[in-house]
Amino acid sequence: MTAAAISTRGTHLQCHICNLVVATPSGPDQPLGCPRCRASIHWRKPNSLSRTWALLIAAVICYIPANLYPVMEVTTLGRTQEDTILSGVIYLYVHGTWPLAVIVFVASVVVPILKILTLASLAFSVERRSQWRPRDRARLYRIVEAVGKWSMVDVYVVTILVALVHLGSLASVEARLGAVFFGTVVVLTILAAESFDPRLIWDRLEGEPGASVEQNGDERNGE
Amino acid sequence: MPDGGAAICSRCGNTLFRRQRRTVEFTLALVSAAAILFVVANVYPFLSFEMQGQVTQTTLGSGTFSLWKQGQHAVALLVAVTTIVAPALQIGLLLFVLGPIHLQFSLPGAVTAFRWVEYSRPWSMMEVFLIGILVAVVKLSGMANIVPGLALGAFGLLIPVLAGASSFLDPEVVWREIGDLE
Repeated sequence: MTAAAISTRGTHLQCHICNLVVATPSGPDQPLGCPRCRASIHWRKPNSLSRTWALLIAAVICYIPANLYPVMEVTTLGRTQEDTILSGVIYLYVHGTWPLAVIVFVASVVVPILKILTLASLAFSVERRSQWRPRDRARLYRIVEAVGKWSMVDVYVVTILVALVHLGSLASVEARLGAVFFGTVVVLTILAAESFDPRLIWDRLEGEPGASVEQNGDERNGE
Repeated sequence: MPDGGAAICSRCGNTLFRRQRRTVEFTLALVSAAAILFVVANVYPFLSFEMQGQVTQTTLGSGTFSLWKQGQHAVALLVAVTTIVAPALQIGLLLFVLGPIHLQFSLPGAVTAFRWVEYSRPWSMMEVFLIGILVAVVKLSGMANIVPGLALGAFGLLIPVLAGASSFLDPEVVWREIGDLE
C-alpha cells in the first residue's frame, strides 16, 4: 500500500455488527471475518453507491403507483369507495382530528419523499467528492435512517381495517394494489439507507484528490 | 470509560457506545417484562368492531391472516415480519443471550443469536403499529362502535419497556461476556 492509501484506509477497521476494531489485512478488499461476532467485515460496504442508487431508483418507480392506485376499498351499505394514500389523509383532516392527519401526512407523504431525496443527494455529494459540511451530512444520514420506518403507518392502518371490517355488504374493507407498492417503497428505502456507507463522506474529504479509493477499485468497478 | 459515559466519534459526532451500569441485569429485567407483554399483546384482541349487533375482533395474527386470505401475500408477510417476527426475535434472542450470561454459563449459538439481534433491529416496528391502531380507530369511529381490547394496553406498555431495554443494553459488555464464557 502506498502512503496515501494507508492514510485513507487506516491500519484498522471496525466490525459493522459488534464494533470490534480489527487490524486491516494486507489485501484491502479481501473478505474478512470478525473474530468476535463472525460477521463479515468490509473496509467499506461493498458496492455501496451503486446499490444505494439502484434501490433508490426502484423506490422512485414504485412510489408513483403507490400514490396513484388506491390502497384500500371500503364498502359500507353497498356503497364502494376507494382510498388512496392522499385521500386517506384528507379524510382524516375533514372527519377526524387534524393532529392525526398531520402525523399521517408526514409519515406517509413527507418522510418517503424526503428520505429518497436526502439519500440521493448524499450519494450524489459522495460522487461529486463534495467537501461541504461533512458532519451535517453524516447527521442527516442518521436522521434518515431513524425515521424511515414511520412510513409503515398506512400499511398497518389498511391491515387493521381489513381485519376488523368484514361484514359482507354491510361493511367490508379490502386491500388494493397501492398498499403493495407503498410497502415496497418503504422496504426499498430502508434497504437503500442500509446500503449507503456514511464513511464514504469522509473518504472524499481526506487524502489527495482522487485518493487511494480509485487505485484499489472504486465501488462501481466491483471488488 | 466511566459508567454512564459515552464515546463520541470525533469525526462525525455519532455515539460509538455508551457505558451502562449493570447492563445485563437491567436489560434482562426489561426484556423479561417485554416477553410477557408481547405474549399478551399477541393472544388477546386489540380492537373490537361492533356494527348493528355484529362484532368482529382482531389480534395481530388475525390481521395478517385476513390480508393473506385476500391474496395480499406480500403485504401480509411484510406486516408479519415487522410486527411479529422481528420483535419476537429481538425479545427471544436477547433472553437467550442475556439469561445465560446472568447465570454465568455458556450456551452454543450465543454469538449468532446476538448478531441476529443487530440484524433484526431495523425491522422491528411495533411503535409504528401503535400509531396505525390510533389512525384506524379514528377512521372507524364514525362508522361503528370501537372497543379497545386487552392487547392494546399490553402494546402501550410494551413499547416503552422495549425502548428502555435497548437503551440499557451495552452491546460491548455483552460481546465481552459471551467471549469470556466460551
